[in-house]
Amino acid sequence: MAQGQTDEFSTPEIRPEHAVEFWGLSRTFVMGRGRTVQALDDINYAIGHGQCLAVVGESGSGKTTLARIVVGLERPDAGTVVLNGHEVRFGASRKNRRTRSRLVQMVFQDPQGSFNRRLPAGAAVDEVLRAHFPEMGRRARRSQMLRLFADVGLEEQHADALPAALSGGQKQRVAIARALAAEPTIMVLDEAVSALDVSVQAQVLQLLKRLRHERGLTYVFITHDLSVVREVADAVLVMRYGRVVEAGPVSQVLDSPEHPYTRLLIDSAPRPGWKPQRNLRSRLLGAET
Amino acid sequence: MLTIDNLELSITDPDTGRVSEILRGNSLTLAAGEALGLVGESGSGKSMTLQCVLGIEPPGSSVGGRIELEGRDLRALRGEELRRTRAEDLALIAQNPHSVLNPVLPVGKYLMEGMSEARSMPKARARLRSSELLRSVGIEESERVLRSYPHQLSGGMLQRVVIAGAISAQPKLLLADEPTTALDVTTQAEVAAILDEKRREAEMSMIFVSHDLDLAAAVCDRLAVMRYGELVEIGTPEEIRDAPQHEYTRELMNARPKLHPEEA
Amino acid sequence: MPQSLVKPSSRISVVAGRAHRRLGTLGMVCVTIIAVIVLTTLLAPLIAPYGPYEGSVADRHLAPGVNHLLGTDQSGRDVLSRVIWGARSSLLGPLIVIVVTAVLATAIALTAAWYGGRVDSFLGRVLDVLFAFPNILLAILAIAIFGPSLLTASLALAIGYVPYSARVIRSVALRERNLPYIAAARMQGIYGFVITVRHILPNVWPQILTGMTINFGYAMIELAALSFLGLGVQPPNADWGLMVSSGQSSLLQGYPEQSVAAGLAIVVTVAAFGYIGERLGGRRAAGRVR
Ligand SMILES: Nc1ncnc2c1ncn2[C@@H]1O[C@H](COP(=O)(O)OP(=O)(O)OP(=O)(O)O)[C@@H](O)[C@H]1O
Ligand SMILES: Nc1ncnc2c1ncn2[C@@H]1O[C@H](COP(=O)(O)OP(=O)(O)OP(=O)(O)O)[C@@H](O)[C@H]1O
Ligand SMILES: [Mg+2]
Ligand SMILES: [Mg+2]
Repeated sequence: MAQGQTDEFSTPEIRPEHAVEFWGLSRTFVMGRGRTVQALDDINYAIGHGQCLAVVGESGSGKTTLARIVVGLERPDAGTVVLNGHEVRFGASRKNRRTRSRLVQMVFQDPQGSFNRRLPAGAAVDEVLRAHFPEMGRRARRSQMLRLFADVGLEEQHADALPAALSGGQKQRVAIARALAAEPTIMVLDEAVSALDVSVQAQVLQLLKRLRHERGLTYVFITHDLSVVREVADAVLVMRYGRVVEAGPVSQVLDSPEHPYTRLLIDSAPRPGWKPQRNLRSRLLGAET
Repeated sequence: MLTIDNLELSITDPDTGRVSEILRGNSLTLAAGEALGLVGESGSGKSMTLQCVLGIEPPGSSVGGRIELEGRDLRALRGEELRRTRAEDLALIAQNPHSVLNPVLPVGKYLMEGMSEARSMPKARARLRSSELLRSVGIEESERVLRSYPHQLSGGMLQRVVIAGAISAQPKLLLADEPTTALDVTTQAEVAAILDEKRREAEMSMIFVSHDLDLAAAVCDRLAVMRYGELVEIGTPEEIRDAPQHEYTRELMNARPKLHPEEA
Repeated sequence: MPQSLVKPSSRISVVAGRAHRRLGTLGMVCVTIIAVIVLTTLLAPLIAPYGPYEGSVADRHLAPGVNHLLGTDQSGRDVLSRVIWGARSSLLGPLIVIVVTAVLATAIALTAAWYGGRVDSFLGRVLDVLFAFPNILLAILAIAIFGPSLLTASLALAIGYVPYSARVIRSVALRERNLPYIAAARMQGIYGFVITVRHILPNVWPQILTGMTINFGYAMIELAALSFLGLGVQPPNADWGLMVSSGQSSLLQGYPEQSVAAGLAIVVTVAAFGYIGERLGGRRAAGRVR
């Protein structure tokens, strides 16, 4: 079960049963001419091994920033990230980065930018294999790469294609395969299944669930799709304006949401017979504190 | 209004000379003000279909068949006429906003460029209008966003910048390639409503690529299902939902994850 | 695999087809011209009717004819043969310049782009200082110190070209370095040097190549100018720039063959390289705004 949101006033304690913990994370971006954007404001949560934490929320609410801080790509202004009992520091040495990358991998929201456009998709996966398993031979790497491709529903021909010659969903799946190649224990997925049609999406979600049972993989899963949250996650964090507005076990948050924003989110998800509406957010004006 | 007749696309890899068939003779028609939802398997050729309509398919492509917009053969247009048709009649919301935004320019420049080219309006007006447009797609800090570079914005913000750019051109045909995948469901609902409204107000036609069947059904008059480069089924959302003809369509309907477990 | 379907002969035509698309018909003509010049240079001993120094003063200023297709110079040497032999030093100089420039500029640019921050601004400052010196002045200075020779002149010019090229390459490399995939690779704990060579370098390679092509023409003209001033290749070596200058007095006496032939050789070569560079990436790619 999820550990739930910890009491705001409790002192951070590193507990070995937690796979991912973050405490008091804040981040403000400086935009020049004195303007700033507060992307994160005091975010706390902890999940255990083999759990899946979904992060949902408004566009621009800081989900990607949170993910980047968790994997050590972005510096928090304040707060701590602890993965498997090790504190994550931004800009650590190359050795630390290598160790950390065995621990945690990230799938980026922009699948195009996360590939070298001159390198075939298979080579991108191969590079990760080469970095993490130097003892592996060329052949072994190739067959491992093809196995990963097959796992995400891609074929051999896609391995030889340049990123530009792949569809949006195919690129996303290569990105997932690349992250899995390092055999991490924690995966951070930023909108990693958003460009997949439902049948391929089901296959990928199935794969993630299987790995979780087999290897005890822990996921931080950013998504906009609440039905996906229902499908894979144990706990969910609802974010807005850089804050957590509601957090807890999935069934609790989705079935009996407490915060008006969570309710609004659930109400605006498409379903049979649903019609899009304008000015939905204005409904929140009165409700907000 | 738009007629696609037996559209074929094959791409030759310049290095290996390998030919891949991407689209295999698809036909469809679109009336003025009609919205067609394009759903289907990842890699089935939805984005490529849109690129063929715009005439921006990748190098090494050979295209067969006819594409007509209001009686004009789109693929035969050249030079100034082609440029004008693209600028005034067509607009694309690309699947990946990064592919259309210049990383070294503030996004405001992108919006205003499109606008003053299509309508040659003064700078200050263009700026005001961009700001309004961004607010209409739910971006509250529109001033900040206009001044930001693409890497300073979130995925959903970028996607809305591109949507705002496409709407501002007031096209006759809007090609929307998964325009709301990076948006939270609330913003998605608002943006979908705006697209719907524009379509009704200005008799704009739209091809709306999506993975979300419920969303596509809500926004579109008809749905077309693609697989392996072929249009396997086309019909109203009710027909598709209640009586799917093709096996793949049935698979799609069943694979849909459910938000509420009790949903049928 | 489908690869086996491709015949080797068709590979060449595929490459030629791609080059044609990139360079256009005129560009292909330029490529052919350059190929012919390079071949001539390599095969000079077989092609040239006479040696570069062969001839007696008795035969001076012979008009073009059957024995001497382009006539002879003031020392009775065959002009055609000297143009053919002279291609060696005339092409070697610019080659040294562009290779040295490319290596130095790329190294500086990639270092600056990778480390950024203080390293970047320090290197930028150094380039600014270098930039302030006119190329020719720099070359004359070096020659004053090390004595006139092709190598001195070429190296000095190369140093003068580095700031232009380094800036262009740096800006492209910087854009590449900030792409998310580099962050992703860094996150894997891959060495910065490996990332730079494996990912950034191939992506700035087109800029490097374009710069080299365009710089070749400039270097050729400037080296010819130095030879003309007596600061580069020394007589009696055959060199196009030198031939233009030593043909000067003959020119005044009404024997233009030598200067015209060598001058034409320079113009054709420079134009061919210039056009290809233009097609590859335009003038801006070489960092020149003149
Ligand atoms: N490098 C940066 N410089 C300045 N501002 C930034 C930067 N990165 C992010 N921001 C700002 O921080 C806020 C949060 O961005 P973030 O990408 O984390 O949002 P998100 O929740 O992932 O949104 P989406 O769902 O749209 O992807 C946004 O307002 C964004 O403009
Ligand atoms: N430049 C190219 N060269 C060769 N094949 C290509 C090229 N671009 C795309 N393809 C192939 O064309 C097929 C269709 O791609 P397209 O982008 O239209 O798919 P899609 O239906 O939009 O998928 P998605 O939902 O994943 O975005 C894919 O299998 C892809 O691999
Ligand atoms: Mg994001
Ligand atoms: Mg697509």
